[in-house]
Amino acid sequence: MNNPILKLDRINSFYGPIQVHFDLSIEVARGQIVCLLGGNASGKSTTMKVILGLLKPRSGEVILDGALITGLPTPQIIRRGVGSVPEARRLFGAMTVRENVLMGAYTRSDKAEIAHDYDRMLALFPRLAERSNQAAGTLSGGEQQMVAMARALMGRPRVLCMDEPTMGLSPLFVDRVLELIQAVNKTGVTVFMVEQNASLALRIADYGYVLQSGRIALSGPARDLLHDPRIRDAYLGGQAA
Amino acid sequence: MTSSLGPWFDYTVNGLVVGNIYALLAVGLALIYGVSHLINFAHGSVYMAGAYIGWLCITYLGTPLPVTLAAVVVGCGIIGLLIERVALRPLQSAPRIAPLLATIGVGLVLDQVAQLLFTPDPRGLPLQLPAWRIQIGGGTIGALDLLIAGIGLFSALLLYVFLRFTKLGWAVRATALDRDAAQQCGVDVNRVNSTVFAIAAALGGVSGFLVGMYYNSIDPNMGFQAGLKGIIAQMIGGMGNVPGAIAGSLLLGLTESYGIAVFGTSYRNLFAFVVMLLVLVLKPNGIFSRGRALPAEPLTGTFIAPSAPVRVPPMLVAALAIIALALPLVVRNGYVLQTLGIGWLYAVLAISLTLVAGTAGMISLGQAGLLAIGAYASGLLAINLHWPIAATVVAAGFITAILGTLIIFPAFRLRGHYVTIATLGVGEIVTLTILNWDSLTRGPVGLSGIPPLSAFGRPLISGTWIYEIALGALIILALTQWRLLSSHLGRTLRAIRDDDVAARSYGIALDRYKGLAFAVAGFTAGIAGALMAHIFSYVNHETFTSQASLLALTMVILGGLGNVAGAILGAVALVSLPELFRAAADYRMLIYGIVLLLLIRFRPQGLLGTV
Amino acid sequence: MAPILQLDGLTRRFGGVTAVDALSLIVNEGELVSIIGPNGAGKTTVFNLVTGLDAPDAGTVTFAGRDVTGLPPEQIAALGFARTFQHGRVFGNLSVLDNVLVGAHTRLSAVRPQWPVIGPVGELALALVRPGSVKAEEAALRAEAMDILALFGERLTPRVNNPAFSLSYANRRRLEIARALALEPRVLFLDEPTAGMNPTETAEMLEIIRGLKGQFTILLIEHKLDLVMQLSDRVIVMEDGAKIAEGLPQAVAADPAVIAAYLGSREVGTIHEDAS
Repeated sequence: MNNPILKLDRINSFYGPIQVHFDLSIEVARGQIVCLLGGNASGKSTTMKVILGLLKPRSGEVILDGALITGLPTPQIIRRGVGSVPEARRLFGAMTVRENVLMGAYTRSDKAEIAHDYDRMLALFPRLAERSNQAAGTLSGGEQQMVAMARALMGRPRVLCMDEPTMGLSPLFVDRVLELIQAVNKTGVTVFMVEQNASLALRIADYGYVLQSGRIALSGPARDLLHDPRIRDAYLGGQAA
Repeated sequence: MTSSLGPWFDYTVNGLVVGNIYALLAVGLALIYGVSHLINFAHGSVYMAGAYIGWLCITYLGTPLPVTLAAVVVGCGIIGLLIERVALRPLQSAPRIAPLLATIGVGLVLDQVAQLLFTPDPRGLPLQLPAWRIQIGGGTIGALDLLIAGIGLFSALLLYVFLRFTKLGWAVRATALDRDAAQQCGVDVNRVNSTVFAIAAALGGVSGFLVGMYYNSIDPNMGFQAGLKGIIAQMIGGMGNVPGAIAGSLLLGLTESYGIAVFGTSYRNLFAFVVMLLVLVLKPNGIFSRGRALPAEPLTGTFIAPSAPVRVPPMLVAALAIIALALPLVVRNGYVLQTLGIGWLYAVLAISLTLVAGTAGMISLGQAGLLAIGAYASGLLAINLHWPIAATVVAAGFITAILGTLIIFPAFRLRGHYVTIATLGVGEIVTLTILNWDSLTRGPVGLSGIPPLSAFGRPLISGTWIYEIALGALIILALTQWRLLSSHLGRTLRAIRDDDVAARSYGIALDRYKGLAFAVAGFTAGIAGALMAHIFSYVNHETFTSQASLLALTMVILGGLGNVAGAILGAVALVSLPELFRAAADYRMLIYGIVLLLLIRFRPQGLLGTV
Repeated sequence: MAPILQLDGLTRRFGGVTAVDALSLIVNEGELVSIIGPNGAGKTTVFNLVTGLDAPDAGTVTFAGRDVTGLPPEQIAALGFARTFQHGRVFGNLSVLDNVLVGAHTRLSAVRPQWPVIGPVGELALALVRPGSVKAEEAALRAEAMDILALFGERLTPRVNNPAFSLSYANRRRLEIARALALEPRVLFLDEPTAGMNPTETAEMLEIIRGLKGQFTILLIEHKLDLVMQLSDRVIVMEDGAKIAEGLPQAVAADPAVIAAYLGSREVGTIHEDAS
């Protein structure tokens, strides 16, 4: 692939003494929706932490649009155009929906544009308009996911990183969130999402990787992965001889 | 009718004013806790710094009040920034209790610097306001009361506007709610920490300045009690809860004011600490919380910097002991020997602390309270019942063991820095109880005429006797503690320290063993206190202060937590050696503070390593 | 085989989330039963509820005919439950040997008098004086601890006096099991014993657990299905707090509901004609 917007190059990362990634290499093509799948303890969420600078890998590089970002502090990575929708949303529960969404624009100083973008968010997520002065912690899981997405989008990211966006959501919201991800992608934002639910992710993704015990077990266009029987082994298989 | 209401109106006003002052402290502490989960023990020192900056401005620059206030705000803000940058930011990845101890060290250093610069004597801070008072319903309100209320309200308003409407204020709130998520919005958490420390310090400094004017008195030690009150007020309202801190402060102020009205001035601080213990035990999340679950707290064991302890060969220890015992053959000066003897008793205190703080993982800042109980027990038994000294000292050991454990027992369910605060409070309560229980302890007069050490009717008052008795006690108690540590109890206590959840899962009843550790430590420290009483022949409530507790903790950390030999070494290094060389007596506490800070930063496992 | 452990309608809620939903299961003496399921299924919560670290909102836990629901972990340990933890919890500053000896705490009888109020005092006195019976018990325990460590070949025995924090991750997990064995458990609870281990280490652990089968009743939480297949007498599958399948290992692995639970849909991984 030439000129991927996000690239992980032979990442080896550790949690204390435990190695989580083994020479992990991933490429995210510009403008696509790329998903990283895997079962328990595969290392999916840690991948997100490495990209966002929350965990420094012992070796290997993270490259954003040609520039090395490995080991940069998280706020700087955000400033370079990475948006983050963390696992379990991580909203500022005691702050209002409006304050949460506007926090996403923290790194920006163009007030008029920010206000304009905020209005666009309300249009994209109409439910939020009704609740804009409500404490974010009182919203349902699905509504919170929308606030989290809006918050991340306010930073005008080039790449949107989403960590398990469908976890814990009711089926109705799952569909809505997946639609929103596709809508966002159509505006030119590359989406990189980590997901446990392979079925849902592969429904909307262009390309996928399957992680197993810190290594890529499978990769390919989403459509092919969906029907590849090896994906079952990758999820459920063990490593005992 | 109005005349009987009058005083109560005054008490209420006084309570609210004092509460207002506590609020300025507590709000800053709540902000700091919210953002960094840290209890800032240096806050009282910043409060004191504010008072002195104000005094300097008025005395040397003759500035009008608004300018003085501005100078206090700016000066203390800078101090706050420095504290965060120098003492705390380097410890960000260290275990949670390290920054707590660092703030204690910083507070100690600031207090000592002030004492050296300004002498310990109180100074006046003359009122710069018109002396009128308003009559309301039989009571009065003065201009200063209004000013304090005004500043309190204005600060609250400013803070509210800052947090609600400014970008940085939002960043502060976001960081307090979810640090990682805030970073993922691009917030620079270090900048937030600095800002919060500066704001908190400014508020605290203003508080100190106002207090100085209110009581027309400032002194370098004014910060300690105030800082604790601020912490207590914040705890009452719920840690990190800014409106709660205000409510808790007003409540505390009123409680104190009414309490004094009913019981008398000397009870003032007792209320705060009793309230603190009640809150810790009954509603650790603050009185406005609904649940009784303790907030998530890292295990105390995580402070213990893992290390392989330096192996001190038993032969070497025996040789050193013999040399020490033989010292009076060489050193003839009775005064020097007596002073060294006191040094050995501090070593006894150190080994008692290393048992609870090191081996059992409960960092106690109230060990001096055990000394006091032991001293008074032995002294009173000797004076009132005329028991022989050997009996009173041993009895004092047991009394301290039982009493000390009973008092601290409710705090066993706490972990991490809550334990430290609770023990600090207990130490203060012991001091205040001694002060106020006149019928038993002779109150502020103190216990005089305590008979000297004696055996078989013969008084043992020479320096040599004191030295040998103290050293003998140390050797016996240290050997006992070593034996305890090498038994199954040693590994059981250390298991509790390292991981109390896993310990419980393997059948270890936490209360039983924590109680055991405190009982043994109480016995040990009680004996030390008892012997000190008979050597000093006079003790009062100020003989064994929290400074002694702090000194003990520094000794123990210097030697290595849990390391008996290390504790003794720490005592020798910090007490005996300086005495021998009469070195820099005035600078002693300052040096202790700096030593503590350096240790936490660079060698948390101490000289001989943690065990 | 007689049931040694029985869970009836065990339920635990956290706020609005039901972590364990009316779980019922029976474990017979000597069985090795595995509990599997995707993240968040409630498996570790079940362990916590049974071993006393957490109390259920509803339901009962019966051990050898006795109701032990809601007992604190100290008492549960004394009854013979030993557990390891999902992320490994050894006593970092204690030596390997001391870790194992602490595991035997509930068995110390000579030095732990159960007298009501003065029990601790007696314990202190015995620890300081150390009469013959105390010394003998300690010596016997040490010998036994060395035997237990020998089960792990050369992994732990050469490091017997090293502090646990200096051990590799895999060795720490092994030490946890050694500590659990020192308790002489009647039921052994292993929570993801091979998490974070590479294939070689996993294979070793498989053999060790296989060696324990039959001597102890074992409850195992695991993600590596090959391991589960080889070890289990029975497998229980949980999803969202509830049991969705139970039975012999092979049957459970082929169960479409189980596949759906892990992958999101039973169709993932199946080849089907392109409808368009």
